[in-house]
Amino acid sequence: MKMFLNSIIADPERVSRLIDIAQSSLQPLLKGAILYTIPLTLITFVCGLILAVLTALARISSVKPLQIIARIYVSAIRGTPLLVQLFIIFYGLPTIGVVIDPFPSAVIGFSLNVGAYASEIIRAAILSIPKGQWEAGYSIGMSYPQTLKRIILPQASRVSLPPLSNTFISLVKDTSLAAMILVTEMFRRAQEIAATNYEFLLLYLEVALIYWVICFILSIVQGRLEKRMDRFVS
Amino acid sequence: MISIKGLYKRFDQLEVLKGIDLEVEKGKVVVVIGPSGSGKTTLLRCLNILETPTSGSIEIEDQTLDFSSSVSKKAIPPFRRLTGMVFQSYNLFPHMTALENVMEGPITVKKESKEAVRKKAEQLLSKVGLGDKLDYYPFQLSGGQQQRVGIARALAMEPKVMLFDEPTSALDPELVGEVLKVMKDLANEGMTMIVVTHEMRFAREAADEVIFMDGGFIVERGKPEDMFTSPKEERTKQFLRLIQ
Ligand SMILES: Nc1ncnc2c1ncn2[C@@H]1O[C@H](COP(=O)(O)OP(=O)(O)O)[C@@H](O)[C@H]1O
Ligand SMILES: [Mg+2]
Repeated sequence: MKMFLNSIIADPERVSRLIDIAQSSLQPLLKGAILYTIPLTLITFVCGLILAVLTALARISSVKPLQIIARIYVSAIRGTPLLVQLFIIFYGLPTIGVVIDPFPSAVIGFSLNVGAYASEIIRAAILSIPKGQWEAGYSIGMSYPQTLKRIILPQASRVSLPPLSNTFISLVKDTSLAAMILVTEMFRRAQEIAATNYEFLLLYLEVALIYWVICFILSIVQGRLEKRMDRFVS
Repeated sequence: MISIKGLYKRFDQLEVLKGIDLEVEKGKVVVVIGPSGSGKTTLLRCLNILETPTSGSIEIEDQTLDFSSSVSKKAIPPFRRLTGMVFQSYNLFPHMTALENVMEGPITVKKESKEAVRKKAEQLLSKVGLGDKLDYYPFQLSGGQQQRVGIARALAMEPKVMLFDEPTSALDPELVGEVLKVMKDLANEGMTMIVVTHEMRFAREAADEVIFMDGGFIVERGKPEDMFTSPKEERTKQFLRLIQ
């Protein structure tokens, strides 16, 4: 660090070069964020949540085969590295003739991942709602799906909001792994720019800073949301 | 009106109801008393099919469910709507206001129009003395107020019979009266009611019949004045001595 600082301070030309690179790379990096990182995060999170609710319902259902399928899915995803999963989809599947573009490959891989992790959160949240709530729903004539939709899931979503927000914020950062399967998202662009000018430290610090800003904003939004959803409990 | 015949309920090894026979005429109020664990809650839950009886049959109005053979899942929701259940712990929906709690059943189950349901729900809440608390969430209400919302919520489905499971036993003593008053008004309007409670004053003033349960049996039944002054069975005498 000291050497780095010394070398910069001793060399005003390098300083202005670094400032130039930082400025000119900002636009392509942000473009990568807006075109790929953010859409990938949002699409994946929505797909993942749908998958997660279905998986959670399968796990708490009384149908044995559904339970088993859901368990195997969750176990397999949680027990293998995300990067390996992405490689299987993008580099592995083509060898049996299934070729998927980088972006959809990433959507599939990350959705499967979010689906597995979030299903555990949602399952725990559903199970945390008192049995009396189900019974109150049934007692006014509601069916299982009606009680689930109107009574249980709204309460479970409040319980699961903090852990799901954490999943979401993790996902923003995890999308940088998509660089490894050729999605030109923000991190991959940083790699590409650095490969032309060799200012690796600068570009990786810059990209880290942008991730940090995004996550910081998200954590503020998370706090607001939690406050709003708390309005019906003391 | 209600006719229960040979009702048995077993949880694994534990037989909780051991052949309950009970007839209740339309408009009558039956109070059920008995020691803890005697099966009072289970009996009410069987009437609302929150528990499936092991065998026996239940007839309400002109509908019958016979549990000696297997009962189809489809038959349960319409049967359940014949009875309204009021829980010991209220079980209000915490994410809905008092008004929304009462509107939920008619809108989701009966698919009635929102405006009509809102009017009816407002009337019901006024009737239980909560006309000024429509937009309060459960956590903003006292226990007595929550329980009255619970009663209004059950009434909104227009049940033929109201079931009350110790509706005041979770309440502070000063809040018991307001709930009992609502129940008495309901009884005076001719609602058929089965009430599990140890509020002897309510039993004396509102009940047509008192039933003493112990160990999964109906041990004794009679008019409240007879039951409380001259019970016949030794177990009834012992129990009444304990609670008075
Ligand atoms: N879901 C259940 N599983 C197993 N045992 C139960 C269940 N519900 C009630 N019981 C048992 O049944 C008996 C009667 O319970 P309950 O009907 O709640 O009695 P009461 O309301 O008269 O106090 C008790 O011994 C209780 O432990
Ligand atoms: Mg009980």
